[in-house]
Amino acid sequence: MMDLATFPSLAPFLPELVLAVGALVLLMVGAFGGERSTPLVTTLAVLLIAVAGLVLLFKAEDGVTFGGAFVLDPFARFMKVLALIGSGFAIVMSVNYSKREKIARFEYPVLILLATVGMLLMISANDLIAAYLGLELQSLALYVVAASNRDSVKSTEAGLKYFVLGALSSGMLLYGMSLIYGFTGHTQFESIASTLATGPIPIGVVFGLVFVISGIAFKVSAVPFHMWTPDVYEGAPTPVTAFFAAAPKAAAIALFVRVLLGSLGPAAADWQQVITFIAIASMILGAFAAIGQRNIKRLMAYSSIGHMGFALVGLAAGNQSGVQGIIIYMAIYVAMTLGAFAVILFMRRKGQMVEEISDLAGLSRTHPVIAFIFAMILFSLAGIPPLAGFFAKWYVFLAAIEAQLYVLAVIGVLSSVVGAYYYLRIVKIMYFDEPAGAFEPMPGELRFVLGLSGVFVILFVFFAGPLGQAASVAAKTFF
Amino acid sequence: MTDWPILSTVTFLPTVGALLILLVRGDDAAARRNVYWIALWTTIVTFLVSLLIWIDFDNTSAGFQFVERTDWLGGKISYSMGVDGISMLFVILTTFLMPICIVASKYSVKKRFAEYMVAFLILETLMIGVFCATDLLLFYVFFEGGLIPMFLIIGIWGGTRRVYAAFKFFLYTLLGSVLMLLAIMAMYIQAGTTDIPTLLQFQFPASMQTWLWIAFFASFAVKMPMWPVHTWLPDAHVEAPTAGSVILAGVLLKMGGYGFLRFSLPMFPLASADFAPFIYTLSVIAIIYTSLVALMQQDMKKLIAYSSVAHMGYVTMGIFAMNPQGVEGAIFQMLSHGIVSGALFLCVGVIYDRMHTREIAAYGGLVNRMPFYAFAFLVFTMANVGLPGTSGFVGEFLVLIGVFRANTWVAAFATTGVILSASYALWLYRKVIFGALDKASLKSIFDLSRREVAILVPLVVLTIFFGVYPMPVFNVTGQAVDNLITNYQAALSAAGKLALAAQ
Repeated sequence: MMDLATFPSLAPFLPELVLAVGALVLLMVGAFGGERSTPLVTTLAVLLIAVAGLVLLFKAEDGVTFGGAFVLDPFARFMKVLALIGSGFAIVMSVNYSKREKIARFEYPVLILLATVGMLLMISANDLIAAYLGLELQSLALYVVAASNRDSVKSTEAGLKYFVLGALSSGMLLYGMSLIYGFTGHTQFESIASTLATGPIPIGVVFGLVFVISGIAFKVSAVPFHMWTPDVYEGAPTPVTAFFAAAPKAAAIALFVRVLLGSLGPAAADWQQVITFIAIASMILGAFAAIGQRNIKRLMAYSSIGHMGFALVGLAAGNQSGVQGIIIYMAIYVAMTLGAFAVILFMRRKGQMVEEISDLAGLSRTHPVIAFIFAMILFSLAGIPPLAGFFAKWYVFLAAIEAQLYVLAVIGVLSSVVGAYYYLRIVKIMYFDEPAGAFEPMPGELRFVLGLSGVFVILFVFFAGPLGQAASVAAKTFF
Repeated sequence: MTDWPILSTVTFLPTVGALLILLVRGDDAAARRNVYWIALWTTIVTFLVSLLIWIDFDNTSAGFQFVERTDWLGGKISYSMGVDGISMLFVILTTFLMPICIVASKYSVKKRFAEYMVAFLILETLMIGVFCATDLLLFYVFFEGGLIPMFLIIGIWGGTRRVYAAFKFFLYTLLGSVLMLLAIMAMYIQAGTTDIPTLLQFQFPASMQTWLWIAFFASFAVKMPMWPVHTWLPDAHVEAPTAGSVILAGVLLKMGGYGFLRFSLPMFPLASADFAPFIYTLSVIAIIYTSLVALMQQDMKKLIAYSSVAHMGYVTMGIFAMNPQGVEGAIFQMLSHGIVSGALFLCVGVIYDRMHTREIAAYGGLVNRMPFYAFAFLVFTMANVGLPGTSGFVGEFLVLIGVFRANTWVAAFATTGVILSASYALWLYRKVIFGALDKASLKSIFDLSRREVAILVPLVVLTIFFGVYPMPVFNVTGQAVDNLITNYQAALSAAGKLALAAQ
């Protein structure tokens, strides 16, 4: 117990502090500067995220603070870098879109910043209350950005749907947390773990963990809590979708790992089967439901459901290599998703955004380089070596085999074959079909994001070793 | 022995060529010519360098040679290369066929020439890598990576049903391979390494061997392809461009047989012994059934594709006969089939380029206008049948001896395949080459051009040379095969003793 009179150490908390204070300052800039200040706020927001990243990497110290509610460890550091990358690029990718669609507002980057603070809190949460606070800060910001194109029925519908279902899931999460607190007497993760380790798992805790899992599964859009995903992905403005698909997923998965392994570790036998089921259901649904999609944003929604299923395979394994697998999977997933959305954001013809997969027809003729990188990203999403996505699957399934979850692994790889079909279909449309006409030139910032993503996906095979090592260090946190 | 990484050089030279091609700008005739020459020179240089491997190869050693090793994924997964008597000749086969493919594509590929060449060169890197890798994961990366360029080659430059064929090829092979991936993971966890030489020494528990064997079988049987999972092959062959078919038949199919030899037999000897009757059954069915199917084909490429399946039946059967004749015969048969079936597809390509049809019925009497072509086609047809004096005979004969020693009945059924293969091959030859030249469209057909002669002559020479004097191949494979069989027998007898002790 910490003495209340002493001020908690801020050293582990510096990045969040930078972001939160910065976001408030930018809000003031925007509020007083008006619409004219949007480009300035946007640029500063990206810079702020970069600064927060640097602070995180070089200044913040590992440790526990705020009376044990907040922890910075190698795992948190790794996942926070991912979240910051996802958020930073999401802001970058929105610039041209907002300008063209006339929805550029200074609130957007500020909301993303606040969501990012929420995500960082989630990743570092070491206490049920802190986890809930982080989750809600993130979610509330996300509800608003989903509806940020307020003149569009689809966008507002997406925001509303997301809000209603999100509130429901928060309720479930909170209920589960209260059960766990009630039966263990603690909210702090280590204390919960040590209480549970002393005897048989109380039935109330089992109920509680099911509710907690449901609540978080909603945030990572795992089956059967995925229903909002396709609609929100389709309805939200595309840069927002790109944001949704990357950073918040990484943060929610990190929270998943920390809650289950950090606090409910002794109840592993109970949650493992739940996670196994969720993983299998997500992989299968992600694979089959995406086949019939015509809208590329909906397709990406199902694809992300499937990918969350694959990442959860690592969690179901519940061992150190499983956590390592999740970390690597999320890193690769974020890189691939950002690249894929850079292409989707580039699909603009005659001043209109187009979203049908068939609009990509013949892209390999009209924009050969973009088509090539996108094809590589798609093959990578399908998990074909030597691209990055293959190594992501390698690590999670290796963990599953190590944990002797053979059925899970077999179902997983088979559904990845089914999933390969719809990724191949996009490649087919780009490469085998006749061109449907050129898109407008790709804006510079999208080229930048796509290029980075392409380099990562194609050359990952050369630096898979060092990244694997880093992830392994991060994964040791829990073991 | 050389002290520079010759295997990596051979493997990645084609990639360098592909990068050079990307630097060529423009889409006019000059750019096309540049691309062509870069690709051709790259493949020729690769071939010449790969010959150094053969020259420096130590025939008396059974282990891996030219070994390279660099850290890769950390732990016990490294980038390691090496060749032994089993894999070395497949590397040469690959590098030998590539320049031929490039030349054969010079005029037949009309659109997106540079991309075509890039795809082929990348494919060459991946194929050579499969045979050079001495790390299981590295092997898998090369093995699966080959799907991407092949998918694009069939899908972009293929025939009318190319999309269907490309998808079928990709998904079929992927489905087989992912199960092997899980088996690789299980092996890694059990043995703690993916290093192939170490795994060759490692003894997996008998019950585990069965599952691992099945998983590897799923992958290699599809790749091979074995009946009943061969159905992707005729489609892929028919729709692929000529050079794609050559590579598919010449090299990609060999990966299955190579996989059986490299992994299934030596790593899971007990399971291999248990499953040998199963393999015999499938092989015999493949030989007889697909030969009969070949008899019914209207399309030349499809006929040759089915004949490939039948010939691969000999290979699997010989491999699982597990005696020196059977295994060496199987390796020889694979090499010979690589040359012969590749050549047959080139022959089909020659007349397809002129007439734009592969219908057997559209031809007849070509000998009147194309005597040189008729001769080349004759040599390859005879080699396909297995006529003594051609390379096809040596492999088939050895396999049959080996199988005869292992199981007389299987050999008896398999031998009927020789008769059937004579029926369809000679029937094809008669329909296309002999008879009266009464079709108006054929009246003005030209004989082989100098370019076509240049690509067919080396193949004719090798077909006859290895038919008469196969020793260069056996010198290379002998030690490695002996070693493989000795280890296999030792593993079986050790297990037999264990079983006795348990009683």
